[in-house]
Amino acid sequence: MRIFAFIHLLVSIPHGYSNYVETKAGQFFSSGHTNNWAVLVCTSRFWFNYRHVANTLSVYRSVKRLGIPDSHIVLMLADDMACNYRNPKPATVFSHKNMELNVYGDDVEVDYRGYEVTVENFLRVLTGRLPPSTPRSKRLLSDDRSNILIYLTGHGGNGFLKFQDSEEISNMELADAFEQMWQKRRYNELLFIIDTCQGASMYERFYSPNLMALASSQVGEDSLSHQPDLAIGVHLMDKYTFYLLEFLEEVHPASQANMNDLFKVCPQSQCVSTPGHRTDLFQRDPGSVLITDFFGSVRKVEITKDTINLTSPVEPPIQRQVEHSFVADISSQKPKQKDWHPPDGFILGLWTLILLVFFQTYGIKHLKHIF
Amino acid sequence: MAAHRCGLSLVCILFFSSLAHPSRCDTLEKANDNTATKRSISEVNTDGSVAGEDMNERQWQSTDVEVNRSDGTKNSETFTPAPAKDQFQEELVIRPLHSGDIYASFQFRTLWDTDFLQEGQKKVSHYRLFPKSLGQVLSKFSVQELHISFTQGFWRTMQWGQPFIPSPPGAELWVWFHHTVSDVDGNWKELTNVLSGIFCASLNFIDMTNTVQPSASFKPLGLGNATDHRFLRYATLPREIVCTENLTPWKKLLPCGSKAGLAVLMKSEKLFHSSFHSQAVHIRPICQDEQCTSKAWELRQTLNVVFDHYTSGQGKKEWSLFKMFSRTLTEACPLASSSKVYVDITDNPEGELFELSPATPLLSQAVVLGDRRTYSVYDLTRAETFGQLRSFNLLLRWKGDSGDMLRPLLHAERYVAGFGLQTGEIHTVIYNNHPYRAFPVLLMDSVPWYLQLYIHTLTVTSKSRDNKPSYIHYQPAKDRHRPHLLEMLIQLPPHSMTEVTVQFERALLKWTEYTPDPNHGFYVGSSVISALVPSMVAMSTNFTQDQPLFSSFVPVKEESSYFVRVYTEPLLVNLPTPDFSMPYNVICLTCTVVAVGYGSFYNLLTRTFQVDEPSPPLAKRLANFIRRIRGVPLLA
Repeated sequence: MRIFAFIHLLVSIPHGYSNYVETKAGQFFSSGHTNNWAVLVCTSRFWFNYRHVANTLSVYRSVKRLGIPDSHIVLMLADDMACNYRNPKPATVFSHKNMELNVYGDDVEVDYRGYEVTVENFLRVLTGRLPPSTPRSKRLLSDDRSNILIYLTGHGGNGFLKFQDSEEISNMELADAFEQMWQKRRYNELLFIIDTCQGASMYERFYSPNLMALASSQVGEDSLSHQPDLAIGVHLMDKYTFYLLEFLEEVHPASQANMNDLFKVCPQSQCVSTPGHRTDLFQRDPGSVLITDFFGSVRKVEITKDTINLTSPVEPPIQRQVEHSFVADISSQKPKQKDWHPPDGFILGLWTLILLVFFQTYGIKHLKHIF
Repeated sequence: MAAHRCGLSLVCILFFSSLAHPSRCDTLEKANDNTATKRSISEVNTDGSVAGEDMNERQWQSTDVEVNRSDGTKNSETFTPAPAKDQFQEELVIRPLHSGDIYASFQFRTLWDTDFLQEGQKKVSHYRLFPKSLGQVLSKFSVQELHISFTQGFWRTMQWGQPFIPSPPGAELWVWFHHTVSDVDGNWKELTNVLSGIFCASLNFIDMTNTVQPSASFKPLGLGNATDHRFLRYATLPREIVCTENLTPWKKLLPCGSKAGLAVLMKSEKLFHSSFHSQAVHIRPICQDEQCTSKAWELRQTLNVVFDHYTSGQGKKEWSLFKMFSRTLTEACPLASSSKVYVDITDNPEGELFELSPATPLLSQAVVLGDRRTYSVYDLTRAETFGQLRSFNLLLRWKGDSGDMLRPLLHAERYVAGFGLQTGEIHTVIYNNHPYRAFPVLLMDSVPWYLQLYIHTLTVTSKSRDNKPSYIHYQPAKDRHRPHLLEMLIQLPPHSMTEVTVQFERALLKWTEYTPDPNHGFYVGSSVISALVPSMVAMSTNFTQDQPLFSSFVPVKEESSYFVRVYTEPLLVNLPTPDFSMPYNVICLTCTVVAVGYGSFYNLLTRTFQVDEPSPPLAKRLANFIRRIRGVPLLA
């Protein structure tokens, strides 16, 4: 009897193992993306906006470190801080005071610089409508299996982001650009991070599927800068991106950190502003999305010595038909009404006081004259 | 990476030796199979059944031919000569300057025996030392000569002398196209876009509003009997910033990259912390020998940097490679046929001015820029240069005070005179410091259209007398279409100062044409002054392959003069700038005035007035309602 059970166990182990391999293979083919792109934009000009360039370069550095090559990164810097004549240490951009970390480095390729960073160029890069003579390094050549990371930083307000002190992009334009990208199947999933004042207003109007957005502050709040360096004379980084960089420095290509950890970066106690995020347009659960799905270029490799017979059809990636309302509906939608709450203690007390005064003035016995 | 390239080049050489004739089904896999191991060839020859297809058999045959070449037994008709040869040389010249600063000039030259532009031949597809990105650009746009430079800072001729390779501040690009090109403007537009991608620079801002076709100034530096200036395009971007993002792709064009050889010294943190930094790429076809029987393409990458005595040198008159570049040299580039470091010791014949270590017995004399200079040479391809520590660090220690520098013979300045934002005057001052010789100079000015020049006010005066130029070529500007181009051949009297003045008026631009920071001003590119300056020492017109690179850049046609190009300062002019906050202010003010003025007027005209009983307060109304129900008389 015992031997029979033992033999049964022995037989079931390899069977169980091949089942395990098949499920792993199933998972392998059900992953959504095959390549990664990053579009990193700094929209501010002038020396006192050093921190915006440092923000963008820290994200650039992390993204390069985790594997995305320069050919898949479109880096747009609106002004040159590293070789600016006011920089006491030329060819460097620091993110930590006391000059601890040089995020500019020795191997940097800026695709759009100076006056080329305009709203028009940014939208053309996103939608792919560039003049035919544009070189490859300035194009976003993504396809429907690309995961794209878009990072914007600069000065912004409620519903707009300022480009180079002379023009601005509104949240509706950005949402429309992403919709064009979706219609042309230019992305599989898109992560949008914005570090400006009132940044959450920029992702309010998104309506395309597979978009996840993070912002450094809510509407009505300002994003604050982190720390100045007395030798350089300007603020070096913004608070949100500073803690984001700290978080990303812990991430390595094999890390299993997921988006829920990213949402926890820079709580209000550290950031003073309240970071926000939006995941309702995203198909997958944020807890199952790895950081390296967007920030790194990790190739899924599973080594097995068995042959796998894929008899059952492999489940295609989840592609629910998302019914999104027409643009007209969206634009005519009023902002959500606040829910009605019964009056709380203060109002109740106030009314009681009023009634008391009324009865005191007119007196209870005089009421019979009125009624 | 160097070892990688060596291995790769070895495989490629083997591949080329087997590829004796261009076959149609020339797949790389087959060829690699053929050349992977040479020993397999003999095996296959005995066993003829291996090569099944005709193509394969022919390829095996051709390797056979290659191996038994000395026999001359088989000679198929489609046998082409040995593949193109290329060689790479690198050198560094260090010239200590009289003010205590130090000038370092790197030159990397790749010579390639091939022809990009020859029709009828199959396209060049195998690149070894020559960078593929540039080769493809040359063949696609039929470029005869290409010169591009990126400069940060201004070369101070009076303090530093003449540079080996002059360049203006910002970016400068001039290109000679091949005479077969039909649409030069289209090629030029695409070429600037492609180069902006290669060098990470905003060269795409070069368009018809800042491109000129100089008629006499920029003659080809290489081969080419091109005299038709319609195939020449010149543009300069004075505002262009140079930083590490331009150096990174420039370094990647070198065969050894920045991993071995002299390019190891190029660390951006030190290079950009200098008074002057200029990197350039020059591509031209040259003759291989005296009679010009064979031509070759030459690619020169140059990097000139001047380190300041106070900021980089910490005030001490002592320089070393480590102090300048924060690196020392450990080996020459393995792909280089020659790798040398030259130190200019002309002012230090007995060693009384400065001390140079490590000592070297090698000396070389060269006539460059009209002067005979002596150089100490360090050959990096020899192992003994690196000494026991396997590292080479040059040390220059000043002992005495140097006297004044020899004044450069040709020098120029430019500035804007005048006041206000309507008119102004451009003054260009050219100095001829030669004591007794007069010589002509060619002055080229390219002024943007928004500075409208009045050419009737052009005056050229030398020694307070009018000096009429012997050749003037002027192309007026077209608004928003073409800039001004003024070229003049002026004879400079000996030991004199010549002043060229022209008045201009500033245009008012359309509000969308202003840059995001218009109060900074608008740049006007440098003037270019090209001249053949009389030389004090006879220049050598001999053509030798062993000439050091710094003396062989400019071809020498006659021995009594040498070619010099001087760039003036760029100008920064303020145009009348509108207040960009005004549209918002105007809209607010207008709407307020309209609302208050017109609105109240409309109300006065159309409103009718009625007497209205004031409604009783709520308590009375409620009481009246209840009284009505009871049937009791109402309150007042």
